[in-house]
Amino acid sequence: MFDQFGLLPIDVALGVVATWLMLGIAGLLLQNNRLATQIIFPAGAVCSLALALAGVGGLSETSVAILPLGLPDLPFHLRMDALSSFFLILLGSASIGISLFSVGYFRNMANDTVALLTLEYHVFMAAMALVFMADDAYLFMVSWESMALSSYFLVTTNHEQPEVRRAGFLYLLIAHVGAIAILMSFGVMQGGHGDYTFNTMRHTHLSSFWASATFLLALFGFGAKAGILPMHAWLPEAHPAAPSPVSAMMSGIMLKTAIYGILRVSFDLLDAQMWWWGVLALALGLITALFGVFFAAVQVDMKRLLAYSSIENIGIILVGIGLTLIFHNFQKDALAALALTATLYHALNHAFMKSLLFLGTGSILHATGERQLGKLGGLIHTMPKLALLMLVGALAIAGLPPLNGFVSEWLLLQAFLLSPGLPHAYLNMLVPIAAAALVLAAALSGYVMVKFYGIIFLGQPREEKLLHVHDAGIWERIGMLCMVVACFVLGLFPTFIILQIDFVTEMLVHHSLGGSALKHGWLLLTPIQAERASYGPLILFFIIVAGGVITSLTVKKYYHGRLRRGPAWDCGYPEQTSRMQDTAEGFGQPIRKIFEWFMGVVKQVPTPFDTHPHFHSETHDRLWNLFYEPIKQLNEIIGIQVGKLQHGRIHIYLLYSFVTLLALLAFIQ
Amino acid sequence: MNIPFTAQIINMCAAVLLLIAFAMLSQRRILSLINLFAMQGLVLSLSTAVVAYSSNQTHLYYSAGLTLLLKVLLLPWILHLLIRKLNIKWDVETMFNIPTIMLIGLALVVFAFNLAAPISQMAGTITKSTLGIAMASVLLSFLMMITRSKAVPQVVGFLAMENGLFFAATSATYGMPMVVELGIALDVLVGMFILGIFFFQIRVAFDSLDLKHMEKLKED
Amino acid sequence: MTYTALFFQLLQNALVLLVAPLLLGWINQCRALLQNRTGAGVLQPYRNLIKLFFKDAVLAENASPLFRATPYILFACMWLAAALVPVLATDLPLSPAVDVIALVGIFALARVFISLAAMDIGTAFGSMGARREMLVGFLAEPALLMVLFTASTISQSTSLITIVETLAHKQFVLYPSMTFAGVAFVMVLLAENARIPVDNPATHLELTMIHEAMILEYSARHLALVEWASALKLLAYMTIGFALFMPWGIAESGDWKAVPLALLLLFIKLMAGGAGLALMETLSAKMRIFRVPEFMGTAFLLAVLGLLTHFLLEMPA
Repeated sequence: MFDQFGLLPIDVALGVVATWLMLGIAGLLLQNNRLATQIIFPAGAVCSLALALAGVGGLSETSVAILPLGLPDLPFHLRMDALSSFFLILLGSASIGISLFSVGYFRNMANDTVALLTLEYHVFMAAMALVFMADDAYLFMVSWESMALSSYFLVTTNHEQPEVRRAGFLYLLIAHVGAIAILMSFGVMQGGHGDYTFNTMRHTHLSSFWASATFLLALFGFGAKAGILPMHAWLPEAHPAAPSPVSAMMSGIMLKTAIYGILRVSFDLLDAQMWWWGVLALALGLITALFGVFFAAVQVDMKRLLAYSSIENIGIILVGIGLTLIFHNFQKDALAALALTATLYHALNHAFMKSLLFLGTGSILHATGERQLGKLGGLIHTMPKLALLMLVGALAIAGLPPLNGFVSEWLLLQAFLLSPGLPHAYLNMLVPIAAAALVLAAALSGYVMVKFYGIIFLGQPREEKLLHVHDAGIWERIGMLCMVVACFVLGLFPTFIILQIDFVTEMLVHHSLGGSALKHGWLLLTPIQAERASYGPLILFFIIVAGGVITSLTVKKYYHGRLRRGPAWDCGYPEQTSRMQDTAEGFGQPIRKIFEWFMGVVKQVPTPFDTHPHFHSETHDRLWNLFYEPIKQLNEIIGIQVGKLQHGRIHIYLLYSFVTLLALLAFIQ
Repeated sequence: MNIPFTAQIINMCAAVLLLIAFAMLSQRRILSLINLFAMQGLVLSLSTAVVAYSSNQTHLYYSAGLTLLLKVLLLPWILHLLIRKLNIKWDVETMFNIPTIMLIGLALVVFAFNLAAPISQMAGTITKSTLGIAMASVLLSFLMMITRSKAVPQVVGFLAMENGLFFAATSATYGMPMVVELGIALDVLVGMFILGIFFFQIRVAFDSLDLKHMEKLKED
Repeated sequence: MTYTALFFQLLQNALVLLVAPLLLGWINQCRALLQNRTGAGVLQPYRNLIKLFFKDAVLAENASPLFRATPYILFACMWLAAALVPVLATDLPLSPAVDVIALVGIFALARVFISLAAMDIGTAFGSMGARREMLVGFLAEPALLMVLFTASTISQSTSLITIVETLAHKQFVLYPSMTFAGVAFVMVLLAENARIPVDNPATHLELTMIHEAMILEYSARHLALVEWASALKLLAYMTIGFALFMPWGIAESGDWKAVPLALLLLFIKLMAGGAGLALMETLSAKMRIFRVPEFMGTAFLLAVLGLLTHFLLEMPA
């Protein structure tokens, strides 16, 4: 669509990246809060829109560019094909809302904080765009590291608090461990040619051992960034510690860069896949999804709850990837296309749903200063517009029709159901069990969202100050409204979105759903055949709304509509304070009771003889003790051993140099 | 699918057998456990009779009759007598909680199905798909024996295991030779008597049938 | 969409709306007869509804718009769900828009809204009811989905119409997987419709409430709509059960003459089903609330077992 200007989509995208960088630098230099929020962030939002449109254009045509930057023999190669374009659309459209929200959110911050924030924010977005467009390993790693660094600085914006510093450190550490793994996988993929462009990697054929090594390294490395078990420990710390727009950006978009990486490596750069990769991804994805949702159900901090929910959704996306790998390997490409469509749709959905909720928590934090669920409540009365926007987000994440979360879950379940007999007996069994685990995770996410929305917005306020809070500001609401509109569009018009996703599936698995999906018109989504499965979300939405409206009108017409207010009935009990509602721990108690063996629960219960009875219960992540603590201790032991090299005596150091020199001389010989 | 009607009945009996095995795994009360065992015996004799009818092997009719007599009438009656004399109509405690046991049971069923898949392809009877179910119910009864802490449910588990084996035999190979069957039946009966005597002795020694007390026998 | 199809859809819509309270009345009457009481008559729910509609609504002072909108949303969802399941004819134009997964999604939507409305007033009863309802739902929804998946894999489709047509036309084959699925479905029906042994629909004691706790604050027309929605939900579940396990007698598309027969068969099935439900309720006692997750877990595992049995034993490998 930019042809009229003589521009390729990649030119527009590169222009956006450059503009973002300049906006960031401008923000840093200006050191003015008002200018930053009123000019720079909206400009950034406009650039996001341009990027999204460029992405739409780039879906159908692949464009490449080479920049004269980078290493002498390896300039920056850039490529915008269907996969990159899809993720650029995701980045662009989601960041419009986040940038608009930030206009209102950062309004009252100190000048120097905002200046730094503007720089880091726009560099972050630019780095992510470059990751999607990189066509050689060097540019990819440069942008990956820039992304990690800028997000680290964003996370530690409030570095006065020690837990924020700790969260940032953990985040940076795990991100770098992942980056090393990614670098190693690129190293294996270049297959000894010495040329690190992706094009060479596409045409290099690796033996199955090395291909598997690459895949495992990539899965580990990208998984560390995505928050897949067991490399997830940074997510529940870093997302809450960051300011809310940053959490939204990280949770909604940054996690998807890792998904992009896995898809790029598995389907594009490696020429042949093995079925057990898919099984591994499927199993890992299921465990991650269940882990995320179990822990989300017992959280007491609203942002940690959303962070664990992100872990769950990443798990679901990984399940989709695993399923695609399995189907693709057994040449069932129609089903592979269905699974891939479901995966990409869910990634797109999650970007909007999760960002919406994180932005909402930002407004709540701004208004009330509280992050603990136990100190919130009844906000629907004082913040009605925010409550309405967040209701859409909560319903969407719970996977309820007719919103967007349901569409991707529906597609994924269809992929499970329509799978015919697979050759291996154990694989055949995997399908019902995996489907069962997936629906279990989906059902529990409904529980989590009822807890989240109910405790924050409904009921009576648990603190006095909550009665006097103000609603979200106009810019904050505009930002969130963008997300809500996207949720509705994605939920009610899935056929159009699938037509666009088809470009990506065509590229990766050489099959697309479009032909069959739209056979019965744009109202009905029929992935394989109409008799086998169909879904018409717009009709559903219309009927439910019509049913409600007809009922209410009929009732009002034939019966009176008299209403009066009175105190709550509560079975006639007179005293109802806000302490009598469920707390966050209370609402999660059934889940904690059922899954106590799975999580590490530390409880302190009062005895009958306590003069000041006290109940305290904490849920720990068992994986921390099982996985991270031993690694940390091993690290310390190795560190101590290596530290013995440092004596402080000059003779020994001279000896080291001398031995190294001798060894090098002998080696050259 | 053109499976003859008798094969469908046998498949249905197999399913009900597995259902009863699961139900026994999740039961908390001894009385219902024994009733489930009696129901299992009934289903077993029904399926044996149907196999006998469809394959025209008359000795299986005797098998069915013997099963009916023994497992539906005699053994449950003995067990009822036993629990009444021992005065143990209380709830059954399990070692782990029931959902975990059910999950392990599900995994065992999956394992048993996979195990039986190649064998059932070789068997020539009309009921080859039931071999997996039979093995699954054997494994489930074994699991029940492991996860109970009182003595009587363990015995019921042992008897249920024998039920499963019997079903496997009839479904895969048209029953065992009559001599073998009579021998097994006699063994089971004698075993019951001996176990009954042992229960009394355990009760006298420990004043309870909770098997955790047996750990006191350890040299410490 | 032909005129006959539209007619069938409207007919079904009206029929389910009218029959749902009758079904509830029949079940209560059977229960009363089994418990040696006289009972209030089969038409009692209609009288209840009319009485409630004429009352003044009393709303708590801190009720939000969500609380006021929920009865209408709930009613619309349940009406749609009941109208989608083929009971008289398979010629329902709405059915392609909603398949079994979306049907379970509609139930979930209703459940989420009523739980949120329960938490809205901020009493102890409401939040307790919401928590328990979501707990039951968290296990019941996957179990129901697994049961429906078993039927879907047998008929190779997730569209309710195709499932009904396939299962009705197959020869009478006893599938072991459907046995497991059937037992699991009955357990889910009991749990989701707040029947004994999971929940007592006639109780007002806090320890035993799940559904009643959530609708405690509703009165007059709101309560009438919520009660009607519960009756519609029960009707929807029973018709789903019939569609999966006893699909005979449903008229094919365009076949006018079979409709009266289908109507008669429907009534017979509902009477038998209702009597069976009343019998089950009378014979069992209500479980402790901590046993409910075990009960639902058993249902879920049985449903998974049913699907596994189908994959491993019945599908031609």
